[in-house]
Amino acid sequence: MSGPSTYQPTNRALQWLEKRLPISGLIHSSFIAYPTPRNLNYWWTFGGILSMMLGIQIITGIVLAMHYTPHVDLAFKSVEIIMRDVNYGWLLRYLHANGAAMFFFAVYAHIFRGMYYGSYKEPREVLWILGVIIYLLMMATGFMGYVLVWGQMSFWAATVITNLFSAIPGIGDTIVTWLWGGYAVGNPTLNRFYSLHYLLPFAIAGVVVLHVWALHVAGQNNPAGVEPKSDKDTVPFTPYATIKDGFLMVCFCLVYAWFVFYIPNYLGHPDNYIPANPAVTPAEIVPEWYYLPFYAILRAIPNKLLGVIALFSSIGILAFLPWLDTSKVRSARYRPLYRQFFWLLIVACIGLGWLGSKPPEGIYVILARVFTFYYFAYFLIVLPLLGLFEKTKPLPNSISESVLQAKA
Amino acid sequence: MNTQRALFAIAVAGLALATTAPAFAQIEQVTPPRQKWAFSGPFGKFDEAQLQRGFKIYKEVCANCHSIEMLTFRNLSEPGGPTFSEAQVEAVAAEYKIRDLDDLGNSIERAGRPADHFPPPFANEATAKAANGGTAPPDMSTLAKARGYQRGFPWFLFDIVTQYQEQGPDYIAAMINGYKAPPKGFNLPPSGSYNEYFPGHNIGMPQPLQAGQVAYDDGTPTTVEQYGRDVAAFLMWAAEPHLVQRKRIGFQVMIFLIVLSGLLYFTKKKVWSAVH
Repeated sequence: MSGPSTYQPTNRALQWLEKRLPISGLIHSSFIAYPTPRNLNYWWTFGGILSMMLGIQIITGIVLAMHYTPHVDLAFKSVEIIMRDVNYGWLLRYLHANGAAMFFFAVYAHIFRGMYYGSYKEPREVLWILGVIIYLLMMATGFMGYVLVWGQMSFWAATVITNLFSAIPGIGDTIVTWLWGGYAVGNPTLNRFYSLHYLLPFAIAGVVVLHVWALHVAGQNNPAGVEPKSDKDTVPFTPYATIKDGFLMVCFCLVYAWFVFYIPNYLGHPDNYIPANPAVTPAEIVPEWYYLPFYAILRAIPNKLLGVIALFSSIGILAFLPWLDTSKVRSARYRPLYRQFFWLLIVACIGLGWLGSKPPEGIYVILARVFTFYYFAYFLIVLPLLGLFEKTKPLPNSISESVLQAKA
Repeated sequence: MNTQRALFAIAVAGLALATTAPAFAQIEQVTPPRQKWAFSGPFGKFDEAQLQRGFKIYKEVCANCHSIEMLTFRNLSEPGGPTFSEAQVEAVAAEYKIRDLDDLGNSIERAGRPADHFPPPFANEATAKAANGGTAPPDMSTLAKARGYQRGFPWFLFDIVTQYQEQGPDYIAAMINGYKAPPKGFNLPPSGSYNEYFPGHNIGMPQPLQAGQVAYDDGTPTTVEQYGRDVAAFLMWAAEPHLVQRKRIGFQVMIFLIVLSGLLYFTKKKVWSAVH
């Protein structure tokens, strides 16, 4: 995608097209000749997996939308009709519902890979920020999709999450009424969530194009964290990356299929098979697992407004990561101290996820506060200081040297 | 590397400690005993005779108060379900009165047809509430998937591998058998019954099934335990009528993906052998 391609198709018809629209050259330079560092490990496949999941979600979603009715009296029923009477409707719906979870699983693997190997550092800051925007859009899309089922958990999740905006001083309640399109979560809310749930995936697809574009300008980072210097350091995308990514993508599909066909409701909440009822509050309101860490951060803070600010900051802070990390060394391989703080962050995030599913009482609140403090300290204290004091290991001179070192 | 492991061990120990701490304020729920279900596991199939018995219980007992709106009569003869014959389904449907309009727009009641949904026992929610002490009995279409219990750490992780998905039917079977005299000191309101497995123990529904209440013509014992299992299996089918098809296709998909991943793995090795 960077610069005009010198590729010339051999097929006459393609040559004709290439003169008028150099699209096969674009494809060739982006996905065939594109040089990829030869030392990429399987964590680099999650980018490809994410594109695949976006495609699966859009395709299954478009077909589901043909059968779904966004009305408070009919939404739950229409989902059940999809499950029972639409040909392979159960398959479409389980693919879509579990696909969302797999999508988030892959995005977390992708984000943490970027953090471990310092992929956000110069010259990839814009690439990273575009990724944060995609992640934000994904969260909004996933949340609104969950509401469309219009079960008890859908309804109450919508109520709790939209109510977060009421914490804004002065205009909070007005904003919430505006979001709802009424004085409670109701039919206008469901309708607009449906509209946006259909729109946002295409916005995501648009930002993904920018993300891939930025990637192909800067080139991929790699486990050694040093830029490719010669042809020895890279291999062409096809066949090397295509076959490697293809293998892991199929393995990923195995896990996905396991959930879809054998435990399709494992990740859901039983209450969401009860139709939405504004008059009955469920015993516990818990979000989907992929939002649990943020839910724990929200509830760890005793003040509602500060809790909401912490919740949004915990995502927003990611956009500043390229400048908060002051170290010039990218890969955690050569940063012994950073590596430990990184794994502690993983522990804190998993811990917060677990605490998000627990009632906010006693030891759970204390633990949630400890983990929340660590989460923010990691970005605001540890990373800025670590770059100044950490004694890093010597970097390899080139990617091929690091590969040879690893073999020796 | 060692400090990393030590940190990880501390974190794991911390989590383990936290999980053993008492749970707070959640409504108490006794874990129902695990049942053996014909439909569990990767090759699970519904036991047709059991679904037929469960349907008999639904029709004779549950249906007096509980609707099962999403189910149609024709579902009873579809593959993967109780597979009644079409003649049997027509006979069952004809026993029900369906509210409809005639050609002149007058309200009428006609005999049910296989394409009809099961009519609800109460005309509307208000009637259902008024007849049942202020709370409408839940619709049973998705009930088996709408009930369950917390598995807790680490069991919820093992469930991914063991495919344990039958929390709902386990709970329903246990609840049917969970009626008891309240323990001393339990403050039971006069409208409620004490049930060991119902969250909070105070259940609005009086004990629905007594031994011998529903006659079985296939020699199956007519105990409450058997009733509980049969009706729970029937409700699982009603909630997930394509379960058998889903697991069958799943196995085919698994075989396909395993073979494909194997082929890709060896292709990848061959392609990369020149570079490594």
